[in-house]
Amino acid sequence: MATLRDIKKRIKAVQNTQKITKAMKMVSAAKLRKVQNRMLDLRPYADKMHDVLMSLARGADRESHPLLAFRPRKTVEVVVVTSDRGLCGAFNTNILKAAQKSIDGYTKEGFQVSISVVGKKARDYFKRRGVSTRNAWTGISGNVSFTNAQEIANDVKENFINETIDEVVVVYNAFKSMVAQTVTVAQLLPLAPVEEGKEAPASESAAADFIYEPSMEAIFDRLIPRNVDIQIYRALLESSAAEEAARMSAMENATKSCSEMVGKLTLQFNKARQASITGELMDIVGGVEALKG
Amino acid sequence: MAEKLKLDIVTPYGHVFTDEVDEVVASGTEGEFGVLPEHVPFLTTLKIGMLTYRKGSQTGYFFISGGYSEVGPDSVTILADSAERSDTIDVQRAIEAKKRAEERLKQAEKFDQARATSSLERAITRIHVAEKK
Repeated sequence: MATLRDIKKRIKAVQNTQKITKAMKMVSAAKLRKVQNRMLDLRPYADKMHDVLMSLARGADRESHPLLAFRPRKTVEVVVVTSDRGLCGAFNTNILKAAQKSIDGYTKEGFQVSISVVGKKARDYFKRRGVSTRNAWTGISGNVSFTNAQEIANDVKENFINETIDEVVVVYNAFKSMVAQTVTVAQLLPLAPVEEGKEAPASESAAADFIYEPSMEAIFDRLIPRNVDIQIYRALLESSAAEEAARMSAMENATKSCSEMVGKLTLQFNKARQASITGELMDIVGGVEALKG
Repeated sequence: MAEKLKLDIVTPYGHVFTDEVDEVVASGTEGEFGVLPEHVPFLTTLKIGMLTYRKGSQTGYFFISGGYSEVGPDSVTILADSAERSDTIDVQRAIEAKKRAEERLKQAEKFDQARATSSLERAITRIHVAEKK
């Protein structure tokens, strides 16, 4: 049986934890608001840009730009976006599970897989498993900037053009709502899913109708690399917002559990105190009876 | 037959404008172009410049600092690097930016000339657009 003092100590400890989780929740809420605004602002731009490119790429000549080319897939690059810090529920676990699943899928199909990671959690995960990663960026998730995104995008583009990699997919958590994140696996390069490229004859006319100024090549030259930057930037922002949202709800749950724990311990404490008082009374009564006799 | 154009201006910092309009004039890298409904599909890059739209008897002006424009039969989508409506432009800041850029152009060896030139162009265009209200 735990002594009174032990129980009191535990109550104190749980209360301290609760204070921390509560504070972390507040911090996450503030960070979330900041990154969420930036993400919501970027979304329409990223979507529109994607739409424009899609309508262009559908009929365009695949050879017209190195970033459009469909090559026989040999090496698939998987970019895994996680957070740097933990304590955000199943956020990182979900991402890593999904990433592992697609990596296993590609391996089974006979492709080489090269992995780039964003965030310490993904880096550590692959390090623990002895899987070598091509590139690791850390220190981004709490402080996403367009420069970060460009750095990653430039690396990916370079390797794609060099033909070190033939396909790029990004695995990240998309921010859906305060309580829900969806694991998203998006193909970044080459543009447009492979199936659509096969039925090119049907949509060839769409591109031919477009007037390009100054020229299609000039527009592609600027638009396609920019799209890669923007899509990666978006993935980073979404992931960062999703991380803070996940941490917020995780901390909310932790705070709630702490309250429950304190309640239970207080009950135990009162019971123990009652028991000790009863015990003392019994002693006194026993003593008085003995004196009488 | 489309009678109106849906004009959308989006930037990485948010959706700036969306409305049904009658006419759009924008500055492409190859020169200014006007769009009326039923325009042929058209895609161009934009340079730093002014975008004008007309809706009935009402006109509006935007400062656009480069980007892309996709024109369809009944829509104009502007993907701008940044965009400001004429009445939200901070003229004071633009004037200061203009002065700073001019200073930098004089000290050719110390500053990146290409950057100074484009920031001067942005500042001048901003001031110009802000005057149209």
